[in-house]
Amino acid sequence: MNTTLRDQERRTGWWLLTPALLLLLLVYAYPIARSFGLSLVTQNLGTELQPVFAGLDNYSRMALDGRFWQTIGNTVFFTVVSVILELLLGLGIALVLNQAFPSRGAVRTIALLPWALPTALIATTWTWIFNDQFGVWNDILLRLGLIQTGVNWLGDPNWAMWTVIAADVWKTTPFIAILLLAGLQSIPPDLYEAHALDGATRWQSFYRITLPLLLPQILIAGLFRFAQAFGVFDLVQVMTGGGPGGATETVSLYIYATIMRYLDFGYGAALVVVTFVILSLAVALATWGLARLRAVRAIGEPR
Amino acid sequence: MTLVQKDAPLDVVPPRRWGLAVAVGLLLIFSLAPILWQVLTSLKTNADIAAVPNVYFPRQLTLEHYIELFRRRPFLRYMLNSAFVASVSTLLCLLIGTPAAYALARLRLPGERFILAGVLIVTLFPYILLFLGLLELVRTFGLANTYLALIVPYTAMNLPLTILVMRSFFQQLPRDLEDSAKIDGYNTGQMLWQILLPLTLPALVTTGILAFIAAWNEFIFALTFITRESMKTVPVAVAQLSGTAVFEIPYGALAAATVVGTLPLVILVLLFQRRIVQGLTAGAVKG
Repeated sequence: MNTTLRDQERRTGWWLLTPALLLLLLVYAYPIARSFGLSLVTQNLGTELQPVFAGLDNYSRMALDGRFWQTIGNTVFFTVVSVILELLLGLGIALVLNQAFPSRGAVRTIALLPWALPTALIATTWTWIFNDQFGVWNDILLRLGLIQTGVNWLGDPNWAMWTVIAADVWKTTPFIAILLLAGLQSIPPDLYEAHALDGATRWQSFYRITLPLLLPQILIAGLFRFAQAFGVFDLVQVMTGGGPGGATETVSLYIYATIMRYLDFGYGAALVVVTFVILSLAVALATWGLARLRAVRAIGEPR
Repeated sequence: MTLVQKDAPLDVVPPRRWGLAVAVGLLLIFSLAPILWQVLTSLKTNADIAAVPNVYFPRQLTLEHYIELFRRRPFLRYMLNSAFVASVSTLLCLLIGTPAAYALARLRLPGERFILAGVLIVTLFPYILLFLGLLELVRTFGLANTYLALIVPYTAMNLPLTILVMRSFFQQLPRDLEDSAKIDGYNTGQMLWQILLPLTLPALVTTGILAFIAAWNEFIFALTFITRESMKTVPVAVAQLSGTAVFEIPYGALAAATVVGTLPLVILVLLFQRRIVQGLTAGAVKG
């Protein structure tokens, strides 16, 4: 009796689960698997778009492809700098929003706004702000006397990446702030009171209580943002298109151009595979670190 | 005018209060300034837009850029395309994701930890890794320039979040409810539909808003699978507006397009800020 009921429950469970799993397999697993297969053929204008088995040729070509290595470098730079800035700024915003002040709800709503807006549209906003002739950023710096002539932020290879990073930081910091704020709110206030009674300063309690207890949230937010930033596409595509001279071309833009502009499907697939593998390794490493952190916590704090 | 509420901690001292006020002020400027600049630009005449040094507040308000958007360009059509694709994919996502979330929350299936881990990991992969495989599928099934080409991937890309948020919601519901429904002779399907659904409505709204925002904002699939002008969604249409003319970019129209294109989302955030925050934290932290 009991087992049949259990079996029936299981059967219902699988029925409920199957549509979602099939859709996830179709949209996530199939394209990745397909890219693995496609990366072993040459399929481009040279082969009249017919697949010709090529073994690992695409991968050996990649090893010697300077543009590929440059885009990897750009992507790593963009990812590391923007995620670090976002974590620092997001932590600051979360700390501010965790204080008591009038109309805090309204301020939280406004702080959330940038996260919800479409990246492609926000990219045009920032392109306009950093415009070399009429941009307001140049105007502000000129009025403050910080620069003597307008800077071509998006057209200067030394500055273009920083403008993209600025736009990304603006857009995604609220997401991190929200996650960290939730973390801050889950820290019991008695901890701070007890620590203050022991004569600790605010800075000491931030360093000894807030940061360690917030570490899991910081790592989760950082991991999520890392993965998203590594695949950044909309923002760069709209703001600079990868220019000037490839200075802001990330690996996702290179993948897109390889497939859509050069119609080099086999090589594009190989680029997809390598990006997937790099991301997977980073994610595995971070998950392992997170699990270790939790394990150490569990042993270190017997209650 | 006092700056601190009565229930603020007693140890608040004036310098700290001022520091907080400055921090809140900076935060407001940081969040709002780029948006306000775009709003101002959209209301300026072309002469004011191209003035050097910059004219901050329009000397003359104009709606010409908004009128141009709807008269000379099919912007209403883009908006309707986005609204349709985002709404349908959101509904589908809730329809498919909620039962799955229930199964993962309650029915103790073999391998459910494995499935859950898979669902979590999937959220980490950027869409650039998927578009090549999906492009082939779209071509094989002749779906280019159809709504279906966007609805299917949008439904799928919002599934992980839906499953995680709804699962954490179901786990908070008391079990007795379902047990007594079972005793009353409901099967699992009836119980989900007649008893749990009404209770679930707030969580569905939360998840639905997040899914709608993500679908409205999606760029790369819309850019790749849709080439016909009348089928384009807002993000792609606006992005291409800036790329049409190299020498004379229509800044005013672009600003107006940004304002109109973001308006639905701004309204959603203003109305549902609390729900959005709940959903985001439930999706990311509990997972």
